[in-house]
Formats: sequence, C-alpha cells, structure tokens
Amino acid sequence: MTTPLPDFALALPEIVLLAGACALLIFDLFARGERREGSVRFAGLVLLATAAATLFVLLGTGGALAYTFNGLYVADVMALLLKLGATLAVALALAYSRRYLHDRGLLKGELLALLLFALLGMMVMMSANSLLTLYLGLELLSLCLYSLVALNRDSPVSTEAAMKYFVLGALASGLLLYGMSMIYGATGTLTITEVARQVANLQANSAQHGFLVFGVVFLIAGLAFKLGVVPFHMWIPDVYQGAPTAVTLVIGTAPKLAAFAMAVRLLVNGLLDLAADWQQMLVILSVLSMAIGNITAIAQTNVKRMLAYSTIAHMGFMLLGLLSGVVGGNWLNAAEAYAAAMFYTVVYVLMSLGAFGMLVHLSGKGFECERLEDLKGLNRRSPWQAFIMLLLMFSLAGVPPTAGFYAKLSVLSATVAAGQIWLAVVAVLLSLVGAFYYLRVVKLMYFDDPAETAPALEGERDARVLLSANGLALLVIGIVPQPLMGLCFVAIKSL
Amino acid sequence: MAGALAWIDKMIAMKTLYLLVPLAPLAGALAAGLAGRALGRAGAHRVTILSVLVSFLASCVVLADVLQGNVFNGGVYTWLTSGETRLEIGFLVDRLSALMMVVVTFVSLMVHVYTIGYMAEDPGYQRFFAYISLFTFSMLMLVMSNNFLQLFFGWEAVGVVSYFLIGFWYTRPSAIFASLKAFLVNRVGDFGFVLGIALILTHFGTLDYAAVFAQAPAAAGKTVELFGGAPWLLLSVICICLFVGAMGKSAQFPLHVWLPDSMEGPTPISALIHAATMVTAGIFMVARMSPLFELSPSALSVVLVIGAITAIFMGLVALTQFDIKRVIAYSTLSQLGYMTVALGASAYSAAIFHLMTHAFFKAVLFLAAGSVIIGLHHEQDMRRMGGLKKYMPWTYWTLLIGAIASAGIPPFAGFFSKDAIIEAVKLSQTPGAGFAYLAVLSCVFVTAAYTFRLVFMAFHGEPRFDAAHPPHESPAVVTVPLVLLAIPSVASGWLIGRVVFGDYFGSAIAVAPAHANIAHMSGEYHGLWSYLLHGVSAPPFWLALAGIGTAYYLYRVRTDLPKRIAIALGPLYALIERKYGFDELYQWLFAGGARLLGAGLWKGGDERTIDGILVNGSARLVGWSSGVVRLFQTGYIYQYAFAMIFGVLLIMTWFLFLAPRA
Repeated sequence: MTTPLPDFALALPEIVLLAGACALLIFDLFARGERREGSVRFAGLVLLATAAATLFVLLGTGGALAYTFNGLYVADVMALLLKLGATLAVALALAYSRRYLHDRGLLKGELLALLLFALLGMMVMMSANSLLTLYLGLELLSLCLYSLVALNRDSPVSTEAAMKYFVLGALASGLLLYGMSMIYGATGTLTITEVARQVANLQANSAQHGFLVFGVVFLIAGLAFKLGVVPFHMWIPDVYQGAPTAVTLVIGTAPKLAAFAMAVRLLVNGLLDLAADWQQMLVILSVLSMAIGNITAIAQTNVKRMLAYSTIAHMGFMLLGLLSGVVGGNWLNAAEAYAAAMFYTVVYVLMSLGAFGMLVHLSGKGFECERLEDLKGLNRRSPWQAFIMLLLMFSLAGVPPTAGFYAKLSVLSATVAAGQIWLAVVAVLLSLVGAFYYLRVVKLMYFDDPAETAPALEGERDARVLLSANGLALLVIGIVPQPLMGLCFVAIKSL
Repeated sequence: MAGALAWIDKMIAMKTLYLLVPLAPLAGALAAGLAGRALGRAGAHRVTILSVLVSFLASCVVLADVLQGNVFNGGVYTWLTSGETRLEIGFLVDRLSALMMVVVTFVSLMVHVYTIGYMAEDPGYQRFFAYISLFTFSMLMLVMSNNFLQLFFGWEAVGVVSYFLIGFWYTRPSAIFASLKAFLVNRVGDFGFVLGIALILTHFGTLDYAAVFAQAPAAAGKTVELFGGAPWLLLSVICICLFVGAMGKSAQFPLHVWLPDSMEGPTPISALIHAATMVTAGIFMVARMSPLFELSPSALSVVLVIGAITAIFMGLVALTQFDIKRVIAYSTLSQLGYMTVALGASAYSAAIFHLMTHAFFKAVLFLAAGSVIIGLHHEQDMRRMGGLKKYMPWTYWTLLIGAIASAGIPPFAGFFSKDAIIEAVKLSQTPGAGFAYLAVLSCVFVTAAYTFRLVFMAFHGEPRFDAAHPPHESPAVVTVPLVLLAIPSVASGWLIGRVVFGDYFGSAIAVAPAHANIAHMSGEYHGLWSYLLHGVSAPPFWLALAGIGTAYYLYRVRTDLPKRIAIALGPLYALIERKYGFDELYQWLFAGGARLLGAGLWKGGDERTIDGILVNGSARLVGWSSGVVRLFQTGYIYQYAFAMIFGVLLIMTWFLFLAPRA
C-alpha cells in the first residue's frame, strides 16, 4: 500500500518562507558590514517571494477550497489573503524600524530570522485544519515573539517583559491544549472539519454537549490570550511597553491577523453549531475588554502602554463581529458579520502599524519617543508627520471619513442586525470614552508647545514615504471601503 | 407664428432683465466687498454705482413693460423639492413690485452717489459700498419674490445688512448696542412672521403666492384651536402673525424701539434703509398679502389700531427731541404709522402711494440732515445750530421742500398721499376706524409742527454753533442727489389720479367689496385741480398750516415759550420726552430678564449641571475608574496568572450554572 504524495503546491508560501528563513541564517553567518544591509535585503527578498508564492497559489486554486497533508492543512481564500496581509505587515514593520534597530545595535541576523519564523508560524495557523497544526503554528509564533521581546537582553525592562510573556503564554498554551484534548475526547478527532461534523451530530446528547462546552471554555481562554482580551490581557501592557518599540510594532500587528484566523478556524469552522454557547462567552469578553481597555488607556502617560490598552479595546470591538453571526440557529447574517470582523482586524492592523511605526520613526538615537509629552507640539516640529499621526488617531478613534469609522460602523451594523442593540449602545459609549485619549494625542500635537528637550527628527525618507502611504491608505479605505470589504466577504464565503 | 416667436423672444429678454435687476447690485456688492482693496476707493464706488444704475434702468424698463399690462409670475430656479413642497426662487413682477423696484433702485442710486461725499473720510469706504449694494440686492429679492420663502430670505437679508450698517462704526459702544437692539427686536417680529409662513405651509401646502391666494377664499371659514381654548379663525391667526413680522420690520408700536437707535449708523443708511426702503418692507408685505388680509376683518382692525397708535404717539415724541436725526427718525415712525393705518382701512393703494412719496421726501430730509451734520463737523444737536440758511443754501432749500411735503401742504407730494389716507380712514367701517381717524387727523398738526420746528431751529434764528468753525455747503455729490430727490418730493404726488384712484394696481391688490373705500373715493375724483381745491378747503390743510404757524410762533417769535410749556406740562412732557419709557421697560424686563435667565441657566444649568455633573462628572468618573482599574495592573506575574485562571472560572461558572439554556 502506498500513500499518495500530499499536494505540496498548496503549501508553497510556507515552503518558500521556511527555505528562505533557513537560507537567511546561513547567509547571515557570512554577511559582513555593521548595517547588515545584505541580510535585510535578503529578508526583504524572502518576504517578496513568499508574497509571490501566496499570490500564485491564490490564482492557481482560483479561490477553491483545497485540503492537503491528509486534511491537516487547508488553503482557502481567507487563509491566503491573511497570509498576504501578514507578509505585508511584517515587511512594513521591518522597513519602519530598520534605522531604529540599527541605532540600538539590534539589527542582527537573529532578529531577521526570528521575524521570518514568526511569520511562518502565523501562516501555519492561518492554514490549519487540525487542532494540532494550529497548536504547532501558535507555538512557533509565540516562541519567536518571546525571543524577540527579549532581544535587547541587557535591558531589564525587556527581559522582565519577555519573562512575563513567556510564563503567561505557557499558561495560556496549557489552557488551550487542555481545551483541545477535551474536544478530542468528545469527538474523537483533531481535524477541524471532522470536529464540525461530529458536533453537528452530537447535538442531542446533552452530556457530550456539556463536555464540549467545557472544552470550548478552555479553547476560548487560549484564544483570548492570543487576542489579548480581558481578563487574559494582563501581559499586553507590560509587553508592549517593555519590548523595544520596533518589536512592539511586530507583536501588535501581524499576529492579530493570525489570532483572527485562529478564532475563525476554531469557532466558525469547527464549532459553529455551538455558536449559541461561545457567542455568550465572547459577549462577556468583548464588553469587559472595551470597558477596561478604553477606561484604563485614559490614565496612561506612556503612548506604547496607551496603545496597548487601545489594542485590548479594539479586539473587544472586533469580537462583536464574531459574536453576531448566528442568531437563534440562523446564520443568514453570518457572512456579513464575520466579514465585518475581518475588515475590522485588517484595518486595525493597518492603524496599529502606522501608530507604532510613527513612534519608531520619531525615536532617534538615544531617544525613545514613547511618552505622551514627547508628542507635544509635533505640528510645529514636523507638520507632515503630525498630520499622518492625526489621521491615524482619528481612524483609531473612529472619526469619519477614516477607515476606523467604517470598520466600527460595519461591525456595529452586524451587531444591530443580530438584534444585540444594547451591545451596540455599550460599544458606542465606550468608543466615545476611547475617543478621549486618541484626541488628546491630537491636542498635544497641535495645541501644545513643543518640549524644549525634543530632539530634531532624523527619520529616513523611505520610511516616511511608507508611513505617509499607510496613513493616507486609511483615509482612502475610509472613503472607498468597498474593495477591501468585498475581499473580506469573498474570504469569509470561501470557508 | 412670427408673432408668437417674437413674444417668446420678448419673454426671454424680459426674464433676463428681471434677473439683472437684483443680480447687478449683488455683483457690485461682491466686487466691492471681496476685492475692495484691489479696486481702491474710487473703483469700489464706481462699480457699485454702475451696478445700481444698471438695476435702476432695468427697473424702469420693467415698469414700462408692466404698464403695458404684462405680468410675470414664474420660477427661475428650483432650490429643492421635499415631498410635495417645492422651494423655488421665483419672480412676481406686476405693477406693485415694479413700482417698488423703481423706488428702491432710485433712492438707492441717489444714496450711493451721496455716500461718496458723506463717507469720503471713512476708512471703511469700500465695505460701506459693499453693504449698501448688498442691501439693494436683498430688498429687490424681497420685493420681486413670488413665494413666501424668498420673501423671508429677502426679509432676513435686509435685516442682517441693516444690522451690519447700524453697527458700521463698530468701535462705538452705542453703535454696537443699537445694532444689537435692532437685531433682537426684529427677531421678535420675525418670529411671528415665520410662524405665519409655517401656518401657511401647513394649511395650504404651498408657499407660492398665487396658489395660496387661490386657496384663501375656501379657507375663510376655517378655524384652528390655539392653546386648546376657543377656536380662532385660521386666516386671522396667519394675518396677525404676518403682521407681527411687519411690526418688527416697519417699526410699529410696540416693536418700534429699535428705529430711533438705528440712527447710530451713518446717515446715508438712515436715509436708505431706515426711512425710504427697508422699513417699508412690512407695508409692502401687507399690501402684497391683501387677498389674505381682506378675508380677516379682525386682522385689519389690529393693523388699523396699531398704525394709529404709532402715528400719533411717535409724532408727539418727535416734538420733544433735539437730535436732528432722531426727530426725523420719529417722524419716520409716525409716517409708517400712516401707511399702516391705510392698510388697516383697506386703502392699500394709498398706503403704497404714501410709501412712495414718503421714500422721496424722507430721503431728502435725511440726506439734507446729513449734509448739515457734515457741514457742522458731526454736530447733531439742533440746540447748537441755527441760522444755517445762509451758509448752506442748497441744503436749506431742498430740506424745506422735503419739510413742506412732509407737512402735507399742497401741491407737494405728501399732501396727496396723506389726504387720501385720511379720507379713506374717514370712510372706513373697520372697527377702530373712529379712533384712527382722530389720530391721523390730529397727527397732521403734529407732523407740521415738528417738521417746521426742525426747519426753524436749524436754519433760522441766531447761529448757536461754534463761530470758530463756520459751516460750509456740502460738495456736489451731496447736493445733486438732494436736488434729484427733491423733484419727486414735489411732483410724485400728482400721480395720485393714476396710482390711487385709477386702476393702476389692477389685480396686484385685492379689496373686498365691503372695504372698497378707495373705489368710493375714486368715484368722486374729478382731476388733480379739483382735488387740490377740495383739499385746501378740508381740515387737514388747515391743521397743517396751524402746525407750521405754531412752530413759527414758538421757535421764531416767543423762543422762551417751549421751555415754559415743558415745565408747565411737567410729568406729561417728561413721559413723552422719555418716549413713554418703552426703552427702559424693555431694558429692564426683557434685557434684564433674559440676562437673569441666562445667568441662571449658565451658572446653574450649564456650569453646575451640564459641565459639573454630566461632562466633568462623567469625565471624573471615568478618570477615577481608570485609576482604580490601573491598580489591577500590578506587574506581578502571579496576579496576572491568577486573573487568567479567574477568567476561565468565571466563564465556566457562567456556562455551567448561570447561562440561560436554549
């Protein structure tokens, strides 16, 4: 009996990326020069090749659902689009932070390799069709991120943050694994599509159902840790603040896409029939996150920490989309709701890239731009950067006509369509609270006098151009949201 | 076929002309206002005068066309359509509006020219020209409108330009106060006006004049219930609301208080806006709405009584004032009262006729007073004038013509228009007509007395001004408009046979058969000459002569008497001199009350409740909870882990025990 060879072509992006990352490790051994220009360029090429491979698969399959590796791996439009997005996010993060990393002596081969492996982990998560594949991708991603946070190992703050992240991450992994084992116990399979079939048949049996729900609680705990929603959010502020800003830029962006994919794989692909149960859990997490994230952000004086709390609030808001899909066993609106959540996540990643990217951009040699007062009078010092930051803050606050507004609007309309009016009201009120701290940044930039100690800006040109494009993209998406929304819709439909 | 084509061509040409009339001054205003610096002073007055001249000539052509019997009523632009309601910019050009157009553009043209001399030294020269051209545009839009919305637009636009111009010298506190007062008092009137328009829209479903007038007879018996009490006649409510607007704009008692204060503005403005044109907007509006007012006897009665009160009581105040412009301002109030009385007596044509003659002679009076003011280096107190006749002959003679016309001496213009009004009131059966007749008749005496008091005090007798700075005659740009305005002050009255007793207005004005006083009078009209002879034998003429004689006696012969009369009359004189205390009352009751209310709302409502509790309170609450929540973020890893485990427990408990089972 011969086992037929799996279809490797579907996993081409991962294969290219893995090969590239390994090659980079070797290349870097022989690379010379302090700036590591060769290695950075090499990493850039690898990212480009990965993106090309992803596009190739996307065009090759034409968006058809395809499984390979005995159903462990799935290639659908959502996975491929998210992979493209994550590759772009990592590439942008690298471009924004090159000078920053170099100034601090962090631009080493290890960093580049860790970045690429983290991306590989995300991609595996996005294409996982088995609980084990999912777990594998998650651990690969997490381990890379732990080391990235600790990259500046001489900084006590960074090492402490890495330690916390690692210990709590391990705990979360444990919870997730425990949940997975229970799902396996209840259904006898690890393949997500198979789990879905079993769950659909198991409905009548109430003992099994209880067992499954028990597992779902743990699954959601692990998922919530990855998304960073309350009460599994404690690591976020410490890690965001403690890590070098360039690393925060990586942690705060692309992995959110992976976490979203993980949520969709587990909850939508696997456990849609239990939606009535997990939706209620998400309600609790969502409301708590929006409340605690927005309210605590107000008291922060550190921009990174403030943005960390803002992440918590935004992820809570995104959950509103995920929990509005199924109403009383009817999933007519599900595609709209999940597409809204995906749109929200993508837009959030763009905003987060811009905001942290701007902080990196404004930091100079021996100067960290991370306190609120560092932004004082930015308009006087560099008006264009202040304007881009204004766009980013408006978008984060959800002011029309930016993308952040449309994202909030589409999620809210999904929530309202699901009949959860009170949730929508709470979300809007808490967003209003959130608007305060985003607008405070604008006020500081435009109406306050610059601090005397503020150093001159030294950011390089290519990063500035990319940041401007990033900020303006939010405006363009806000005005013409349909193309991106359409892509999200197609992605969700392909599940 | 060819005839039809020619007719269509002519229609298009006329429509362009109609558009030209208001748009030319608008273009002038924009040019002078936006590019005033680039145009320079001479450029600004050239462009605005040219634009008003174009407008005036076009108006004359329109009038000539209208006299052929052509009437235009149509939209030129649909602003928006909401449901069934179309909001349009449209023109109704008939004999009423054409006459108004000519009067407005003529007086405006004269004032534009006059301003060159009057404002020569002023730094705000271009701004001033921009304003008066803008005013001309607004007034023309008001007059030419064929619907209530555009009427309201013009109404508010003239109001706002009036506000700008009263406060033109915005560094003077008194000017700021006066402009604010005019604005606020007009707000009261406009509130009534907009309510009236809203009622029309609600009950007739359209704002188009013709459509409303067509439906009005059917709505004559309709009633509405206000305050849940007794039913009110719908048309009476509408008409009284509209008339409240007219009371504000035309400064009728008790909303008259802003007009005397508006004299804080430059004198050309007093002539153009606060005597000849804008203040007559209310009169024009009521005449335009005659098909509605004719259906409501009670509204007519209100109009009649309010007009009579204004005419006599404001005339009395004019006798006690010493500021030359204020005397003329009170005279304006009194004359507006005459027009309102005429409206109340259904003598719309007489009202419009008086509006026209008054526009000319009052413009002369104001501009001549302005000439005196420049000649005396901005002295306005008549007690420091006297004997100006020999220094300023042109000013004197033109002002004298204006004064005679105003006093109502034949054959000057004022005589005809005023006499027609008095006759009509005498014949009127509207409730209140008896009182009104008494008021307008005695007011003839008062009018002549205060007008000639002004003449004698300012131009005759001993000079009382500072001899070191003798007055000088004003330049030609000032005297030429005076002369040009003096001519119609004499001659415009001779048109009475055509305008009032002829069938000039035709269908533009509707008069119910029961109120056909003017028609009755025209039956007895046998030409200008016999009307003059009749007038000379009637009491108004003798009353006017008596008024002039009294003024002569008191201010030329026994100059000590006025003071003694004032002392003898004591409190009565004080009451009149203080304008019956309306200023003080309003100041105390409305201004003070509003300020008290405002302070209460501001301190108690805004600062304490909204800011203190709602805004800052919620901000403080959020800030406080932010501080509390922050405490959970201790930095200890075991607490973080505990939070996670606790979270799992929480959700599980919720699931296994508390969640509602589907």
